[in-house]
Amino acid sequence: MAWAGKILRVDLTKGTCTSEPLRMDWAKQYLGQRGLATKYFVEEVDPKVDPLSPANKIIWATGPLTGTMASTGGRYSVITKGPLTGAIAASNSGGYWGAELKMAGWDMVIFEGRSAKPVYLSVVDDKAELRDAAHLWGKTVWQTEEILKKEAQDPLTRVSSIGRSGENGVLFACIVNDLHRAAGRSGVGAVAGSKNLKAIAVRGTRGVGNIHNPKEFMKVTREKKKILHDHPVTGQGLPTYGTQVLMNVINETGALPTRNGRDVQFEGASKIGAEAMAEKRPTDGKSQLVTNQACFGCTIACGRISKIDETHFSVVNKPEYWGATGGLEYEAAWALGAATGINDIEALQYANMLCNEDGYDPITFGSTVGAAMELYELGLITKEKTGGIELKFGSAEALCKVAELVSRGEGFGKEIGLGSKRLCTKYGKPELSMSVKGQEFPAYDPRGIQGMGLTYATSNRGACHLRSYTVASEILGIPVKTDPLVTEGKPELVKAFQDATAAFDSSGICVFTTFAWTVADLAPQVAAACGDEFTLENLNLIGERIWNMERDFNNKAGFTRKDDDLPARLKTEAAKTGPAKGLTSGIDKMIPEYYQARGWDTDGRLTAETRSRLGL
Amino acid sequence: MQKSLHINPDKCTGCLQCEMACSFENYGTFNTAKSRIKVFDFHQTGRKVPYTCTQCDEAWCLHACPVEAIKLDAVTGAKVVLDDVCVGCKVCTIACPFGTVNYVHDTGKVQKCDLCGGEPACAESCPTGAITYVDADWTGLDRMKQWADKLGNQPSAA
Repeated sequence: MAWAGKILRVDLTKGTCTSEPLRMDWAKQYLGQRGLATKYFVEEVDPKVDPLSPANKIIWATGPLTGTMASTGGRYSVITKGPLTGAIAASNSGGYWGAELKMAGWDMVIFEGRSAKPVYLSVVDDKAELRDAAHLWGKTVWQTEEILKKEAQDPLTRVSSIGRSGENGVLFACIVNDLHRAAGRSGVGAVAGSKNLKAIAVRGTRGVGNIHNPKEFMKVTREKKKILHDHPVTGQGLPTYGTQVLMNVINETGALPTRNGRDVQFEGASKIGAEAMAEKRPTDGKSQLVTNQACFGCTIACGRISKIDETHFSVVNKPEYWGATGGLEYEAAWALGAATGINDIEALQYANMLCNEDGYDPITFGSTVGAAMELYELGLITKEKTGGIELKFGSAEALCKVAELVSRGEGFGKEIGLGSKRLCTKYGKPELSMSVKGQEFPAYDPRGIQGMGLTYATSNRGACHLRSYTVASEILGIPVKTDPLVTEGKPELVKAFQDATAAFDSSGICVFTTFAWTVADLAPQVAAACGDEFTLENLNLIGERIWNMERDFNNKAGFTRKDDDLPARLKTEAAKTGPAKGLTSGIDKMIPEYYQARGWDTDGRLTAETRSRLGL
Repeated sequence: MQKSLHINPDKCTGCLQCEMACSFENYGTFNTAKSRIKVFDFHQTGRKVPYTCTQCDEAWCLHACPVEAIKLDAVTGAKVVLDDVCVGCKVCTIACPFGTVNYVHDTGKVQKCDLCGGEPACAESCPTGAITYVDADWTGLDRMKQWADKLGNQPSAA
């Protein structure tokens, strides 16, 4: 049945670890990972809970296909109530950690309460215990991994941890595993930090068995792997260029949010994209990009491994940053670069390394720096306030300095650590925060890609591209081409993408497979692993059920119709250049149609009929 | 024709599908801890290198075994551990210069790559061609071809 059938419950207040059987009735309705962990969460936690209080819980969860031969089957999610948004947070990560937890024999770990002093959880197969983490507090993610592997005397131990930003309460702190894979968004790292929980170190040697139909599973996963291999996006584009393949494409589309959304095209885009990463530098004759890398079980291998230019001002005399490490992905390069107007790709790589090293989300970080730059240029943030930093659009020096301050939790870094919504509100300009529900939107401008506006406005964890990536349809023509400049048909498109993505996110599979796969490709793999009842229709229903469960939680947490909206700039200031010139977002037109497609009332609440249809 | 596993680390992305395939073939579970092939990740350089038994002709493990539990499979050339003969003394693990034969606590026996009887699951599962199963006498053929191609594209010396 592919699930381990067992969950670990850790009471941080009492310091206890207990094993519970997995609720199989829930697993059949919510699959695993994002869906199943959210089911546990909404059953156990008051929607009004303060995210940083001991009453909040935080769950690390794998899917049924995590740790199996299904391609990309190495994912895990972290589920909690997010401190950046106050909404449900589900952050997804790759690397190897998720598969290791599953191989140790656990589907998920639920943390509750708050430890009186810093601790980490050690899991070696069945054996789980909380250990003192006093010596780890104040350490970076990179140091923490090294120390815990040494302590376990096992280099194959996998670590998922927070850096100093999570300890310091940076509201967009991540949880990082395998040095540079992250459950990146919504501030899940700050919740771990608030509980004095530093890390989970896992070693699993029991493996994942219990496959419903092993022979069929091996056959069908092999067939589906071939589809990924043969597809131009998953077989060529992503392995060769990574997600950075998008930088020039989206810029030409006129949908690259630039300088805090003032513009939709960045004149420096070609200097910070995939081609720039592969170009040989005049200083050392080497390219920034070293190689590509796969996460556990992945056929695509989109990950970037890069080396910074050792002569760049940010790392002179800092050899600790000269080695190969996680490189720029598109969203990070956009946030650190285009959103701030910075075209120095080495500075972006440096800031990206600091995000990985101390665990904070480069999307929210970059976008917040962009907002701060606008406030600085308006004279609302002064040089005294920044501690002498000239926070101008385009300044690579400013970006690097601010990143160092956020990492260390010092000075102006503390204000950046609030995220753009709180920062802009503090300086009297809340409308300058490019966010929805308090979370910054990523690298696609809703004026140039209309479906993404609806995606951001309705995403259950605040603005996000990974909840319904309609860029696939509107720009790349996957599975069918739609016009990015119109709103017609987008409510149905967004709904379909949201439901499908929820199913993928709950299975243990990476959403990047959806460039080549649909739910019809996922279903036979889940069915062979978990049971014949997981048909295409059932997985679509499960996806829709999960979406509505998350929405219901948010409604109970206090979110209403007015929170499903975009920053005013996107509705009032038209795109100045490119194919979308003269256009604003048509969000106000799309929302009512979307509610109708969802079976919600005009306030965005689930109707009794929808509840009963989905079994909620 | 005898074949052998051929490893090209340049093509390895570190996805560990080889380790999963190996453990599934031998234990019926996906369990990288039980794999006979291991991928090493040198993160400071970004290099990933799969490593397993190369099936030495004069195999140290085979000669060291006091109970003759390691036998030559004449068809594949693999040196195969006979589970019902192995006493778990681990002398072979000391004798092997490469570390590719290892003790398994759960079974009390040693394990090493046996080429899956001639259809190695690791090579079959590798998505990038970093692990291939090729003519044992011509493991260098692909690399020769690469260089030959370079030569072929030179302007003629006439």
